[in-house]
Amino acid sequence: MTMLDLTVVWAAIIGFAIIAYVVMDGFDLGIGILFPLFKVGKDRDTAMNSIAPVWDGNETWLVLGGGGLLAAFPLAYAIILPALYAPLIAMLLGLVLRGVAFEFRWRDPAHRALWDIAFTGGSAVATFAQGIALGALLQGISVSGRAYSGGWWEWLSPFSLLTGFGLVIGYALLGACWLNWKTEGGLQRQVVTYAGRLGIALLIVIVAVSLATLTLENSYQSRWLSFPGVLATAQVPLATLIVTALFYRSLSRRKDAQPFFWALSLFGLCIVGLGISIWPDVIPARVTIWEAAAPYRSQLFMLVGGGVLVPVILAYTAWAYWVFRGKVSGEGYH
Amino acid sequence: MTMFASVDALLLARAQFAFTVSFHFLFPAFSIGLASYLMVLEGLWLKTGKGVYANLFRYWLKIFAVVFAMGVVSGIVMSYQFGTNWSVFSDKAGPVIGPLMAYEVLTAFFLEAGFLGVMLFGINKVGRKLHFTATCAVAIGTFISAFWILSVNSWMQTPTGYEIGANGQFLPGPSWAAIIFNPSFPYRLVHTVLAAYLTTAFAVGGVGAWHLLKDRANPGARTMFSMAMWMAAIVAPIQIFAGDMHGLNTLEHQPVKVMAMEGHYDSHPDGAPLILFGIPNSKEKRIDHAISIPKASSLILKHELNAPLRGLDSVPDADEPPVGIVFWAFRVMVGLGFAMLGLGAWSLLARMRGRLHDWTWLHRSALLMGPSGFVAVLAGWIVTEVGRQPFTVYGLLRTSHSASPLDAPAVASSLLAFVIVYFSVFGMGIWYLLHLMQKPPQAHESALDGAPIRTAGITPAPAIEGGE
Ligand code: HDD
Ligand code: HEM
Ligand code: HEM
Repeated sequence: MTMLDLTVVWAAIIGFAIIAYVVMDGFDLGIGILFPLFKVGKDRDTAMNSIAPVWDGNETWLVLGGGGLLAAFPLAYAIILPALYAPLIAMLLGLVLRGVAFEFRWRDPAHRALWDIAFTGGSAVATFAQGIALGALLQGISVSGRAYSGGWWEWLSPFSLLTGFGLVIGYALLGACWLNWKTEGGLQRQVVTYAGRLGIALLIVIVAVSLATLTLENSYQSRWLSFPGVLATAQVPLATLIVTALFYRSLSRRKDAQPFFWALSLFGLCIVGLGISIWPDVIPARVTIWEAAAPYRSQLFMLVGGGVLVPVILAYTAWAYWVFRGKVSGEGYH
Repeated sequence: MTMFASVDALLLARAQFAFTVSFHFLFPAFSIGLASYLMVLEGLWLKTGKGVYANLFRYWLKIFAVVFAMGVVSGIVMSYQFGTNWSVFSDKAGPVIGPLMAYEVLTAFFLEAGFLGVMLFGINKVGRKLHFTATCAVAIGTFISAFWILSVNSWMQTPTGYEIGANGQFLPGPSWAAIIFNPSFPYRLVHTVLAAYLTTAFAVGGVGAWHLLKDRANPGARTMFSMAMWMAAIVAPIQIFAGDMHGLNTLEHQPVKVMAMEGHYDSHPDGAPLILFGIPNSKEKRIDHAISIPKASSLILKHELNAPLRGLDSVPDADEPPVGIVFWAFRVMVGLGFAMLGLGAWSLLARMRGRLHDWTWLHRSALLMGPSGFVAVLAGWIVTEVGRQPFTVYGLLRTSHSASPLDAPAVASSLLAFVIVYFSVFGMGIWYLLHLMQKPPQAHESALDGAPIRTAGITPAPAIEGGE
């Protein structure tokens, strides 16, 4: 065999794209979710402006996640996407509505209220649908042969609704923390309050989802609870508690950027937990990464490009963020 | 019953794909050209320091921002539709086309998106040179995007460089170049990118003409009209030539598509006629009321009057595309191509006489031709895509074997949702575009009004000293 298992490398890259997506698009979807709570006028404009230059780049990670899955794990792409048909279409339509709102609300003051609703509705629907998709994947997908074999409502369950709801809270938290970093004055005070409440809500959801996950598949239970693995896996909930404490400490000390990074760390831990539950499957308990993998030549060809380009992309993305650094406010950057 | 359900689901999936991709392509067709136009305008402004270029840059930047946003969101839909609606196709062709689309994301989409923010909102933050770099990056990104996606599409039309795996998948062969540079790709790339330039030239020309008709002295309108007409005059003939070459390539690799384009139901052993107009009658397998030039089709396609050409009678019915759609769409495209050529030539004449900005009938015609590029581009794609039916991977994988195992009601609901959301959202968007275009270019064209630049609170003045 080859020295390096490219399938594992590609699983890591797709994982990275998903994390990058959640890190970057999470907060801007979250701002959409919180949007109606902000005062019409300066506060809303400021919130919008804090993400206008970067949202497109953020969303591109979603395209990489989808495109990468097609390229590296075509079988998984071909089974998962029809299985999650309704939530994915809803997500896409949500993204259409919120994406155009960035431009349209400035073009048309007469209908600004309408586009603000589209921005919030689209963001909320897209987030909820992503959460549902995650839950539906975790709870199991019917597969026969090389195809999805369930109906078009299989994704719907109390569990998937819970994960959908959880993600809405989670992204809203990220959005609040981002605005705490990028704004000042009344708006900042407002989002700090939200961040505090959303943090607790998220913790509750994390606990609920974790417990529910254990009941879904026997394999999840044994992965988490059997000895001696439990010594390692128990670190995840422990770390979650510590990070939550640090999050609240930074919030109470009125730090600008720190709460955002602690909130992101919470998401990071959730993704680690997800990894423990499903690795090395792409479709839990049905299809492993090796079964779904594209042939070696496809993997290698992409790896050559990806290895060079992803660092370059990260570099100019960082630059783009740097250009728009600092507080956004009615009067200018500080 | 399952039989019917699956046929319906397939038809609905095709309708959904055709609907969403047609909408999507309208926007890139404009933004590929517009990004290059903006690059030229900013470059000219940097070089000459003339305010008119800065003003035109800002005028078209506002329009670009709206077009680009619609292109992005409709594109994201496309990238997921391969999986949601064409899962069998994705499973089978994924190892070959997946990496090309991944390269598109890595080399093009990130580049565009990463620099778009700076291009739209950053002029006061990064200085002129760096800002120009961002504009160039976005323009180059749009081209790279076209490169990869057209390679994918062309591979589906003229597949090469693959092997067939044990599980029925298409697998890449030893050479990726053989896959990327498949036989129809160079032609499709040239023809489509030129199409995007022409589309933009006629849109810009139409806007310029509109403002000239209202105020012949407006310097912005004069400059944009003149630039657009240069593009039209130069690119239209090249495009017709490129289209002809493309057709010859198609004749070599997808002869059945050409039979449908030409309306050749019958084989012609000694010289085929060029059917200019007529009504395809698929039932009787003939063209009713045909107006044709004897032997001209053989002359164009084979460069010889008496060359034999096979017709659809030599192809099994199950392998034929729908003739009517292809036949008509082809005539719309070619007709518009010649109309564009005509307008370009007319503008040259006016220019030679020094009356480019005075001939109102020229301006009226340019206004009328403003949307012609969009129509031609869609017609061209309909020729291409409908003409390759009934296959998704030409000759190898049938459309009917490509679709996802979805229930018809699921696809019907999503199609309905797409139709409603697209018509309302993009309908409004197009209305905003028209609204922006209907304002004359100002001597001190504002930046993206209301948008972040202003709330960022930095006066636009130092970056762009407007004026003429
Ligand atoms: C401004 C747009 C425009 C104009 C004026 C023309 N075309 Fe075109 N044509 C396109 C835009 C386009 C396109 C949208 O770019 C297509 C669709 C896919 C492709 O490869 O290019 C296309 C496809 C296309 C095809 C189908 C190729 C295939 O899929 O196998 C042929 C044979 C031609 N064109 C030929 C012509 C000729 C002879 C023209 C002369 C007047 C012409 N086109 C004008
Ligand atoms: C952007 C301009 C495009 C337009 C206007 C367009 C138009 C169409 C139309 C009208 C159909 C339906 C054909 C039929 O069912 O009779 C179709 C199908 C399809 N096209 Fe395209 N297309 C475009 C670009 C592309 C590209 C770039 C790709 C590949 C990357 C692609 C891949 C497909 C696939 C997979 C189908 C579905 C299967 C089929 O019905 O053939 N198309 N397209
Ligand atoms: C079915 C085929 C297609 C798919 C799956 C697709 C996919 C996408 C996606 C995902 C985006 C958004 C990128 C972002 O997040 O920034 C996008 C935008 C874009 N696409 Fe497509 N696309 C298709 C057809 C085409 C064609 C045929 C062209 C050009 C020849 C094209 C050119 C572009 C360009 C230039 C953009 C940037 C946005 C814009 O210019 O409006 N696409 N596309």
